[in-house]
Amino acid sequence: MALLTVDNLSVTFTGNNQRPVRAVDGVSFGMDEGEVLGLVGESGCGKSVTSLALMGLLPTRGVEVGGRVHFDGTDVLSLPSRRLRDMRGSQLAMIFQDPLSSLNPVVPIGRQVTETLRRHKGMRGRAARDRAAELLDRVGIPDPARRLTEYPHQLSGGMRQRALIAMAVACAPRLLIADEPTTALDVTIQAQILDLLGELARSEGTSLLMITHDLGVVAGLCDNINVLYAGRVIEVSSRKQLFASPHHPYTAGLLGSVPRLDAPRGEALTPIRGSINDTIDWDDGCAFAPRCDHYTMECLTGTPELVRAGEGHQHRCVNPVNLDPGSAHADRPDPVAEGGNVR
Amino acid sequence: MSVLELEDLKVHFPIRSGVVFDRTVGHVHAVDGVSLSVETGSTYGLVGESGCGKTTLGRAVLRLVDITSGHVRFEGTDLAGLSGEEMRRRRSRLQMVFQDPLGSLDPRQNVESILAEGLEVHGIGQSRADRRTKIVDTLERVGLASNALSRYPHEFSGGQRQRIGIARALVLEPDVIICDEPVSALDVSVQAQVLNLLEELQSAFGLTYLVIAHDLAVVRHISDVIGVMYLGGLVEEAGADELYADPMHPYTKALLSAVPIPDPVVEDAREQILIPGDLPSPSSPPSGCRFHTRCPWRQPERCDTERPELREVAPGHRVACHYAEEIRAGELRSRSADVAAGTPPPA
Repeated sequence: MALLTVDNLSVTFTGNNQRPVRAVDGVSFGMDEGEVLGLVGESGCGKSVTSLALMGLLPTRGVEVGGRVHFDGTDVLSLPSRRLRDMRGSQLAMIFQDPLSSLNPVVPIGRQVTETLRRHKGMRGRAARDRAAELLDRVGIPDPARRLTEYPHQLSGGMRQRALIAMAVACAPRLLIADEPTTALDVTIQAQILDLLGELARSEGTSLLMITHDLGVVAGLCDNINVLYAGRVIEVSSRKQLFASPHHPYTAGLLGSVPRLDAPRGEALTPIRGSINDTIDWDDGCAFAPRCDHYTMECLTGTPELVRAGEGHQHRCVNPVNLDPGSAHADRPDPVAEGGNVR
Repeated sequence: MSVLELEDLKVHFPIRSGVVFDRTVGHVHAVDGVSLSVETGSTYGLVGESGCGKTTLGRAVLRLVDITSGHVRFEGTDLAGLSGEEMRRRRSRLQMVFQDPLGSLDPRQNVESILAEGLEVHGIGQSRADRRTKIVDTLERVGLASNALSRYPHEFSGGQRQRIGIARALVLEPDVIICDEPVSALDVSVQAQVLNLLEELQSAFGLTYLVIAHDLAVVRHISDVIGVMYLGGLVEEAGADELYADPMHPYTKALLSAVPIPDPVVEDAREQILIPGDLPSPSSPPSGCRFHTRCPWRQPERCDTERPELREVAPGHRVACHYAEEIRAGELRSRSADVAAGTPPPA
């Protein structure tokens, strides 16, 4: 049973006398109960805006949201804000990139953790405090009783991120969205936090939507991965397949750009040309075409559809790489009805 | 031959307190006795987590922060003892590329003016036209067209800005470039472009790099020798391949095992050494071995009281750990292994 279905989600920012900016341009994906899904892309690809839209956290003015987001059968986008507030924190929870700016600097950690418990579980006083201490202990914060009385600035970066995770999982949400949860952290602390998130997802059965730019982070953690480029999903795959045979030239290019710690040294990196600014509109063709080494005239003749290439593997490219010789053409003309953007 | 030599370099920052009387109440031991040497034409990579003192070390080499004690020898001259004016003249030979390209470029200066400033200060080039030719040449080397001259930093993308930062260093024809996190602010696909550019420039001009970064994979990719820093001190130094194949210091082992690798097969098979806790405060560093508070192989007594010297265990491989050989031989069991096996650690 799909827990979350995102169907043709689009987010456009409109300003006074400004050209509207389409940050998310028809993103579709689904998540099952207990699934760990990775949303990967570089800055500007729309991954954070997608997560904000799922949580209903986008401002109402100057933003146009299109498409549908169903969470457990409820349409999140059309929910009145009161119902949405009931859902946030109890069913849906989110962890942000920068733990210092997501915590209130003038409120002790304890009050911030118990706030969710008070709001959603009706817990008060001693019971709430004890539960908060339990939660801090659960996420690996030593001496939780003392930490509850401390302020965010007294905690280290890793501890703050743990405190945020404790707040997010306080009401045992069914879906946890983590937006670059380890980007601000050092690598040894990152390993601790990833370990904790993976363990929480497994033991509590929480679905985890992991949003990151780091392919290494999703390689160890996620069951399935969606790769985003310029506001659209360009490749969908299980993690093993994605890294073994990336079909979209952008995914392949990303993998070729990262220096690997275990690769033989002296191996040259093969960067992607240009930068994220060199895109064309999806309506005119493939947004990645100006940076692509494999592009043909066909790439500029219209929006490429998401096509299926093997079990659970889809890509949005007319000229994919790393295809098995047999399956290359057999599946190509078959646009995936639910995943694609048939307009 | 080594072009740059650091000997017992220390940089301590005073912690001041008091409203009426300005008193020094303690010191942050940002860099605390680092000795290393960088060979001509090679790349020395310095890795460590935030707060380990790697950036301060880089700035101390250029005397951008005051050196508390120790020596920095550049081609035999001790930079630590030079006067401000003498140091200023040397800086054309020693340049720096900073982490944040937008923050390190003046938003109100166009590219030509940014690059010409160094040339003017050091009296390079006869005339304005002469300097412009040099600037255009340099821009071309870093992959920017000459129409960039009259444009301003905000008009460029992150990767292009970092190219301007590199051009600013390169235009003075330095011998040594200190790169402080040269790619950490850039997107992955652009990172590779800048890394390749740095390598290209090195082989074209015979540059020596001191690369400071937190990303082990990046450092390993471009460095010949890598030094690992922890809390102000060097804990291990070895050739890039050797360090990866045979890390001997427990901190290096943990650091290497924590770096995620974009390959699920490797990720699944890998054994992680999770080190507990956070970096202790550099204003009151732990006694003895600085890493003993987090070390899975910590031994009673000696690790707590005696600070290990950086000693050579193999040619070109230096480690600051009392028990490096025993750990490698498997004679000491790690606490994390004990925990995993379900047996309590020995008292």
